Amino acid sequence: MAGSLRVSARLHRRAQLRAFGLVAPLLIFVGLTFVTPLATMLVRSVYDPVVADALPETQMLLKDWDGEEGLPSEAVYAAVAKELKRAGAERTLGQVASRINRVQGGLRSALARTERALRDVEQGPWRETMGAIDPIWADPATWHAIQATGERFTSRHYLNALDLQRLPSGAVVAQPQERRIYLRLFWRTIIVSSIITLLCLALGYPIALLIARSPPHRANLLLILVLVPFWTSLLVRTTAWIVLLQTQGVLNDLLVVLGLINDDGRLAMVYNMTGTIVAMTHVLLPFMVLPLYSVMRGIPSVHMKAAASLGAKPLQAFLRVYWPQSLPGVGAGALLVFILAIGYYITPALVGGSDGQLISNMIAYHMQTSLNWGLAAALGGVLLVGVLVLYAVYDRLVGVERMGLG
Amino acid sequence: MGNRARTAHVEFRGISKSYDGRTLVVKNLDLSIRTGEFVTFLGPSGSGKTTILMMLAGFQSPTAGEILLDGRPIQDLPARKRGIGMVFQNYALFPHMTVGANLAFPLEVRNVGAEERTELVDRVLRLVRLEGFADRRPSQLSGGQQQRVAIARALVFEPELVLMDEPLGALDRSLRDEMQYEIRRIHRTLDVTVVYVTHDQQEAMVMSDRIAVLREGIVEQIAVPEGLYEEPERAFVARFIGESNLLKGRVTAVLDEVCEVETGGEKVHALKVVACETGDPVTLSIRPERVAINSVPGRYKNEVSATVEDLTFLGDQLRVRLTACGRSDFIVTIPNIVGHSPLLRGDSVRIGWTALDCRALNHERS
Amino acid sequence: MSHRVKSVIPAILVALCAAACGSGGSDKPRSITTVSWGGSFGRAVNEAVNIPFTEATGIGIGVEDYNGGLAQIRAQVDIGVIHWDVVDLEITDAVRGCDEGLLERIDLNALPPGADGTPAAEDFVVDGRYACGAGSLYWSTVYAYNDDNIPGAKPTTMADFFDLEAFPGRRGMRRVPQANLEFALIADGVPLDQVYSTLDTPEGLDRAFAKLESIKDEVIWWEAGAQPPQLLADGEVVMTTAYNGRIFNAQVLEDQPFVIVWDGQLLDVGQVAIVAGTPRLKEALEYLAFATSAESLARIARRISYSPMRKSGMALVTTHVVAGVDMEPHMPASPANVARALRFDWAWWVDHQDEMNERFSAWLAR
Repeated sequence: MAGSLRVSARLHRRAQLRAFGLVAPLLIFVGLTFVTPLATMLVRSVYDPVVADALPETQMLLKDWDGEEGLPSEAVYAAVAKELKRAGAERTLGQVASRINRVQGGLRSALARTERALRDVEQGPWRETMGAIDPIWADPATWHAIQATGERFTSRHYLNALDLQRLPSGAVVAQPQERRIYLRLFWRTIIVSSIITLLCLALGYPIALLIARSPPHRANLLLILVLVPFWTSLLVRTTAWIVLLQTQGVLNDLLVVLGLINDDGRLAMVYNMTGTIVAMTHVLLPFMVLPLYSVMRGIPSVHMKAAASLGAKPLQAFLRVYWPQSLPGVGAGALLVFILAIGYYITPALVGGSDGQLISNMIAYHMQTSLNWGLAAALGGVLLVGVLVLYAVYDRLVGVERMGLG
Repeated sequence: MGNRARTAHVEFRGISKSYDGRTLVVKNLDLSIRTGEFVTFLGPSGSGKTTILMMLAGFQSPTAGEILLDGRPIQDLPARKRGIGMVFQNYALFPHMTVGANLAFPLEVRNVGAEERTELVDRVLRLVRLEGFADRRPSQLSGGQQQRVAIARALVFEPELVLMDEPLGALDRSLRDEMQYEIRRIHRTLDVTVVYVTHDQQEAMVMSDRIAVLREGIVEQIAVPEGLYEEPERAFVARFIGESNLLKGRVTAVLDEVCEVETGGEKVHALKVVACETGDPVTLSIRPERVAINSVPGRYKNEVSATVEDLTFLGDQLRVRLTACGRSDFIVTIPNIVGHSPLLRGDSVRIGWTALDCRALNHERS
Repeated sequence: MSHRVKSVIPAILVALCAAACGSGGSDKPRSITTVSWGGSFGRAVNEAVNIPFTEATGIGIGVEDYNGGLAQIRAQVDIGVIHWDVVDLEITDAVRGCDEGLLERIDLNALPPGADGTPAAEDFVVDGRYACGAGSLYWSTVYAYNDDNIPGAKPTTMADFFDLEAFPGRRGMRRVPQANLEFALIADGVPLDQVYSTLDTPEGLDRAFAKLESIKDEVIWWEAGAQPPQLLADGEVVMTTAYNGRIFNAQVLEDQPFVIVWDGQLLDVGQVAIVAGTPRLKEALEYLAFATSAESLARIARRISYSPMRKSGMALVTTHVVAGVDMEPHMPASPANVARALRFDWAWWVDHQDEMNERFSAWLAR
């Protein structure tokens, strides 16, 4: 009895192993291409060991400095001099300096200058020598910056992403007015994405309805028309919108010719929020139409007849019978469009103008230009949390299992 | 109920329908349905029966002719204003609503008060024997239960006319039998007019007061079930309702009600149903159970010799395939009762039938 | 089990990465990948350098385009799989890349001497001598206008660009703080040699932003170098900041009536560098030497109006290879144009780029 149980357990385990073996390639693929980069980025948003690794002794000695009573001791100066020289020799100084520079602008070149000047200096007194090389060494702010970047695990990037900063005293306060940028962009991104989602829904719902109710051959044709934008490059599509919408563009020309506006009153429809919304709605429309269509195709057309035969007016029949059944598609499409919209950056970059920038443009900037990957990751992390919250709300309201992605 | 006048409730006058402007799917339909009657349109697919129902419900409009409801033309009335209950082929229950909400829907759109609504819903649930199911979703019900809900929904707002479009098509055999009696019971309880569409002749026979047999848009015959079976007027009806031996022949003599027809080398006497003269081609219809094998010679007007080709035992009856009248698929059924003589394959026998049981119908092309 | 898995995963990672990243580590590479800015500049480099180089050495060249920044280089160096070999860099990126060890250090003396035999280290102008890589071409951010769209008096100074009363209409500016802050101060009357020291003070910075604020509502912000000529041609803006080479191309090759205002131009330098750790270092060095030779730089300069950063190269620039026009008046570093030029202070920008960008973005978003 016990033996046969063991055998069956072994067989069961073997079956499980085989099943695991079959999905292993997919797991590895997803792990390598999705989970790993995502996890790496999230780790980067809180973990930054560069300064701590390059200046370990300085960091240790700085722990004894309370930051209130002037400059640190000579021992700290000696340690930082030694470690700057080593970082210079190992070519890690640039990375160290760029991190410290982010906390206190202007330190990058000063650190490089100090390192160059110190190459030939073997003896102290370090405080005086360094103070003579650059005035930054007489400024406590420099040491606060070194101290702040010296933590391996840091909340700095997340605070930054939320327009907050930590004072040397440890208190968390809002950034000064002229540096507050991300919260505003988060809000704008959410609002713009919501508008785009609503527009996509308003435009996509009738299209999806039409396709779902067409005979198969015409439905195929219409679907192809919906998908055509996918076959052209995003840049081409966006440029086409510029041609259409710009001040001297097709649409304005048409309005002038029709006499609806006069030549001086041409409308600014691109290089501003309007342009961003129009172009992104166009780009994202298929992501609304497809889930809607796939859900609507599953709604028998006889339901509308049934409602009519039961005495419902067309609007009543639509609102009470059709709309609720299409909700899973609405939910899926809206979620898809919204999530894609908050992550879009090429279109806003091209047609956005000064007020059409979204948070992803800042993420792209920090990824590509400023190389502040920690901050980019933190901004992405905040965005991810936002999406997850949204998903949870959606799950609570509609139920994810009812989401119809087709 | 009984005091309601048995007048024409629904009347089709010269109704024709074409979808493409060329071929007619319904041709010149004239038909009157009395109040409280259960009328079935029976026909194979493509015969136009569903189109007729859809025109009556208001989802299709006739190409020609008019439809009267209680004496008033309704072509211009939208479906929702016709007050007709309709049961659809696949129930068309709203999956996002509970059973109770489905049933309350027609009442809500009619602005029936909440209290009365509850009462009506409860009553109709009792009628279809689904008390206590109000809070279930349609997906949690069996096929038969969904069917009952669909019927209840078509009845809950107390229409005087209910249309049913092959409502039992999706059910298995035994459930279908049960539901046929259920629908008949409900019809009798409520005394509503029912127009029913099916391709299943047994279903039609069980429930209907009258059956209209449709073929290619034309009503071949409309009659009570017994009438269709016993007195088919068209070869198609004889074939479609029950089983018939259909023999092609030519009229050799006409005598009042009866004519003499030559078929497969035999001369037989047949009841003259179709107007015919000597030389006309006709189709003879003979029901398999009305043919006797090896009975007392001279007992039947028609007697021919035959050879037993095949025997099939079907429990309550024995099915015999014979060669007779020049055909090898002449079917005779013998009820499985005490005393019938044993037959063997290859036996030569005499078969006989009366002239009344042999109906001379219109000549059928195939 | 667990230690075996641990050793397997890196092996898979390396294998996948090698597969994904292409020519990871073959022994005898006879081709390298160079990365440049694409567009008309990319074409000029291709004709003037890449094709002659392949003819001379047999080393193939794969060209990739990018939009600046160190992100891709850093990613490749971090992973240790290098597939870019030689990159055209903006000076700020070159400095940071060198500091952070992303670029190979180059000994200028190993590069070929100038056309007149001057050793390379002296033939390069001071701006072109770096620890990593070598200077290539001067390029400039200027502003330009469409002659057709400005009737009457034409703008001639940087102050005119900010003067909405004298020259009403929309302005194009690149959506970065670089150049814009400098232009704002120049237009506000700050002498060229005090621009960066002014920017270094909070008051000076406020002054620059205030000046920008005065035209903010009329600005269309561009992002890619190809946009400004398009904006001018479309009449979207009456004047726009732009890279001088792009405007030159539109003037000479497309006959656009564009005019460059050289007053207050921001003279910037480009650089060619080698990605640290490339396995094709020998070939990359060969290419670098060829591409930064006086002859190559002059060949580029005869195709697009960027000035060579080798003294002996400047003399070789005569006429445009296609249009035949004299290049001298179009060169950013020609004596006439450089008279009122501001030299881009990369050191200041390397220190302050992050802050400035934050402040600029915050300002834009308000």
